[in-house]
Amino acid sequence: MKLLLELFWSFAKIGAFTFGGGYAMLPMFQKELVDAHGWTTSEELMDYYAISQCTPGVIAVNAATFVGYKQKGVIGGIVATLGVVFPSIVIICIIAAFIRNFADMAVVKNAFAGIRVCVCVLIFNAVAKLWKNAIKDWVSIVIYLAVLALALFTDISKIFIVIGVAVISVIVCSVRKEAVK
Amino acid sequence: MIFLRLFWEFFKTGLFAVGGGLATIPFLQEISARTNWFSLNELADMIAIAESTPGPIGVNTATYAGFLSSGLLGGIVATLGLICPALIIASVIANFMQKFRDNRIVKNVFYGLRPASMALISAAGLGVAKLALVDMEAFSSGCYIGMFDYRALALAAVVLVITNIKKLKLHPIAVIAFSAVVGIVFKLAG
Repeated sequence: MKLLLELFWSFAKIGAFTFGGGYAMLPMFQKELVDAHGWTTSEELMDYYAISQCTPGVIAVNAATFVGYKQKGVIGGIVATLGVVFPSIVIICIIAAFIRNFADMAVVKNAFAGIRVCVCVLIFNAVAKLWKNAIKDWVSIVIYLAVLALALFTDISKIFIVIGVAVISVIVCSVRKEAVK
Repeated sequence: MIFLRLFWEFFKTGLFAVGGGLATIPFLQEISARTNWFSLNELADMIAIAESTPGPIGVNTATYAGFLSSGLLGGIVATLGLICPALIIASVIANFMQKFRDNRIVKNVFYGLRPASMALISAAGLGVAKLALVDMEAFSSGCYIGMFDYRALALAAVVLVITNIKKLKLHPIAVIAFSAVVGIVFKLAG
């Protein structure tokens, strides 16, 4: 029971303080789930992100379900997911009920201009921290650069990118005939 | 029964929108066309609000749409509908992953997917950076010197320094709150 409450609370914090969707959650996931509780590892976080790209639904919900499931099975997954959406329900209902033109208010726009700057630095920090876990040799550098270029300069669906990389990865690994750590 | 229909419409959205919150928008446009729950103008407001409030964008829009159609309970039902498919599918995959964690092929797949997922996160970060740091109007009019917002760059530098001082051990929440205050005080949007 204590673990379920902790899961709910941690994910509610993540939901309440993530601005800009699933990718922006990475720094919070790292702090709360890897550093503070040790519920998952940096490698597993990256796996969850990759899987979330090609499964339906909101990335944050997928990640919450994975982490919750690992700790406490199906009920853990449900509790973590409800935690991550709980702040949204409260905040959005309050805004929808009482505040007209919320997104046009000067104070909101200014606060968000500041938060956006912060979020890109936090994402940069998270990527820098995860770098050595993901980039281990020249093959992974090539994959990184190729996917970055595809994501930035083409409209190819991320589903196909992820599936393509998975296939290439299996082929490369079997050609090299060595199991990867 | 409005709540059953809300649940079903958002369940379908959650099932077919692959790749994150913004992928739900085409489905919401379609719901708007078929029902009288919310107009396309209201949908545009919803997206703006979803992007300027905390939480997953897809969840925020679902809550808002549900609330507009039938109040608080509508907001809750629509949100539960949206997250149900992901919850079920992710549980199945999580179970699979626990069983096959040490399988060689699964390991080989993730060997390539980790750098791919880093690249997708980097691309998303660069997208936010473009919005936050670059004045696109100046950029497209060829004014390359004036294209950077220097106050935003200064804030970025401060955040970069304070988040990398190990002794401070700042929680991301503290840094986000600090940046919001700086944004308000220095009127960063204007």
